[in-house]
Amino acid sequence: MRYLDEFRDADLVKKVLKQIHLKTTKEWVIMEICGGQTHSIMQHGIDQLLPEKIELVHGPGCPVCVTSLELIDKALAIASQQNVIFCSFGDMLRVPGSATDLFSIKAKGGDVRIVYSPLDAVRIARENPEKEVVFFAIGFETTAPVNAASLLYAQSLGLKNYSLLVSQVTVPAAMHAILSSPQNRVNGFLAAGHVCSVMGYHQYHAIAEKYQIPIVVTGFEPLDLLQGILMTVEQLEKGTHMVENGYSRVVTEAGNLTAQNMINQVFEICDRNWRGIGLIPKSGLRLRQQYSFYDAEKRFSVEEIKTQESAICQSGQILQGIRKPHQCPAFGKECTPQTPLGATMVSSEGACNAYYRYRLTPVAKG
Amino acid sequence: MEDYPEMQGSVCPAPLPHNETIVMGHGSGGLLTQDLINRIFLPAFSNPALLAGNDFALLENESNFRIVVSTDAHIVTPLFFPGGDIGRLAVSGTINDIAVSGGTPIGLTASFILEEGLPMEVLAKVAQSMADTAAEAGVPIVAGDTKVVEHGKADGLFISTTGIAKISREITINGANAKPGDAVIISGTLGDHGMAVLAARGELGVVSQIRSDTAPLNHLIQKILQICPQIHAMRDPTRGGLATTLNEISQQSQVGITIREDRIPVRPEVNAICELLGFDPLYVANEGKVIVILPEPFVDEVLDEMHRHPYGTDAKRIGWVHAESAGEVHLSTRIGGTRLLSVMSGEMLPRIC
Repeated sequence: MRYLDEFRDADLVKKVLKQIHLKTTKEWVIMEICGGQTHSIMQHGIDQLLPEKIELVHGPGCPVCVTSLELIDKALAIASQQNVIFCSFGDMLRVPGSATDLFSIKAKGGDVRIVYSPLDAVRIARENPEKEVVFFAIGFETTAPVNAASLLYAQSLGLKNYSLLVSQVTVPAAMHAILSSPQNRVNGFLAAGHVCSVMGYHQYHAIAEKYQIPIVVTGFEPLDLLQGILMTVEQLEKGTHMVENGYSRVVTEAGNLTAQNMINQVFEICDRNWRGIGLIPKSGLRLRQQYSFYDAEKRFSVEEIKTQESAICQSGQILQGIRKPHQCPAFGKECTPQTPLGATMVSSEGACNAYYRYRLTPVAKG
Repeated sequence: MEDYPEMQGSVCPAPLPHNETIVMGHGSGGLLTQDLINRIFLPAFSNPALLAGNDFALLENESNFRIVVSTDAHIVTPLFFPGGDIGRLAVSGTINDIAVSGGTPIGLTASFILEEGLPMEVLAKVAQSMADTAAEAGVPIVAGDTKVVEHGKADGLFISTTGIAKISREITINGANAKPGDAVIISGTLGDHGMAVLAARGELGVVSQIRSDTAPLNHLIQKILQICPQIHAMRDPTRGGLATTLNEISQQSQVGITIREDRIPVRPEVNAICELLGFDPLYVANEGKVIVILPEPFVDEVLDEMHRHPYGTDAKRIGWVHAESAGEVHLSTRIGGTRLLSVMSGEMLPRIC
């Protein structure tokens, strides 16, 4: 398949791997931000092919994993109401709230539907004028434009029965939070290629400068990932800390301006709670005042729901790269994809899930 | 300067094992289905034929032949899809479940749950498709039952079929018989059925040429058994796909299985849709494929025979069985890594971004 097979070519992969082995002389900890990259690394077995001196740690870029318990409880409260069709990306159905999950609400008769795009939710709203249709707008800068577009589309259709439960988060704020931590171990970042395709990478220069850390925009196929790792290692060995683009077939410095305009039109920056991490200032997006009509939190009066998260699992440390999934005592024992203790085990983009699915014994199951 | 949180948070909710109510994942063919069987059905029905853990059961009797029986309920939306329909599926699915025992199917029964309001024309078309498929397989449909439920209490039409086969006492094909040194063959491309049905639902906004592979495999299986009666294990990788089925066999036989990613046949169009949606073709359902695990010396001859049959033209040797890592399936990746190929846990869900 074009644009896929070339980037999985075994011979090309071997060439880049050889370069990485040649250039690595010291121990480096490199974090891939995005859960999609974590998944790809494990799926192709890339981690086993790298020099022992390179340690990959897995970042918080899994939108399912970081959506706060409070917002999930709000989603559950809305989805349980009569007359509501609650639309969501599939993975969110498995994430447990305080007492239940969306799968269970569906099993008990709630109208919960998996959609592939928020525009499908708008179509459902159009076809069901007597129902309230709510879309669970989660994700990073990748989902923000299309979630914004769905609202604008619903508005242009004059639909009054469509609203968004917004849990948008942003990558640069999370990088700041990780790098500010006294426990930080990360020496270099692979920036998330898809997020950068929307936002560009101009935002990262300040981070690279402030924390003296190399950041390489990286794609998702084996060759992309290895290229990103090679560029990061080259910088680390040289002692430079630039922002570089290793995914230039998709990403430009400025990004997709149309998409950015759409985000800015509909959303504004806010503080947001991240599951497993806590409140990160200016790390989220919420609907602007002029679109509050479409805010499901207001429409269904769930703003009062306040949920405290209790300490049981270690997903917070895993989301920050402080611990690896198999270093958690519950990994593969009490905590499996079927009985997840933490959101990192739930989503296919979560680091624990990827380790459980792909890592070989004896490391795999603790 | 922003005030960033002390990054030591450790927060997670209590697990939700879904013990209280049935959720869709219980029908996925993955871990949740296994859990349901272990908690509800095995304690209730426990007996040696059931505990053997195959998709078919062997019934002992006094005659020269043993009897093989299997049963399968069929639900699919839409009822008609490219390459098949619920009728062809209901006949093929059960024939394949009994054919992989190595037995010769001799008869099918069918029971229908019909929703009030179902057009008669639809039922007639489905019945004709069942008749055509049964004729192709050479297996008569010999008994049936019909129930009608009120509108809204079923999704148009559900069909449950039961199949009977007879099997000579020499054949011992069983999910628990895979042996170290055996080769693993798959009869053709993976993921065609699951992706054809998903695309036919029209929710994805993609138009595809993918056709379901739904087909009765009893003739193909009988042909290869004539060449190699010593086949150790055979199973059709339906729900949960190749990955889940190989895991079942590795656990039943207490062997390790390694398959090579670059050998696995997947159509480019299936691969493309899977990539777009975040599905893995190794976990997508097939309805006209069989995994054959057999002693190494027979591989070439069996492959030649499969290639001569219309349902085996893309057959390939994809892996091998070993004593190490018993109970696990490993995937040797295209770029030279090795990783675990695990069982699907619940429903397969499309990715977010």
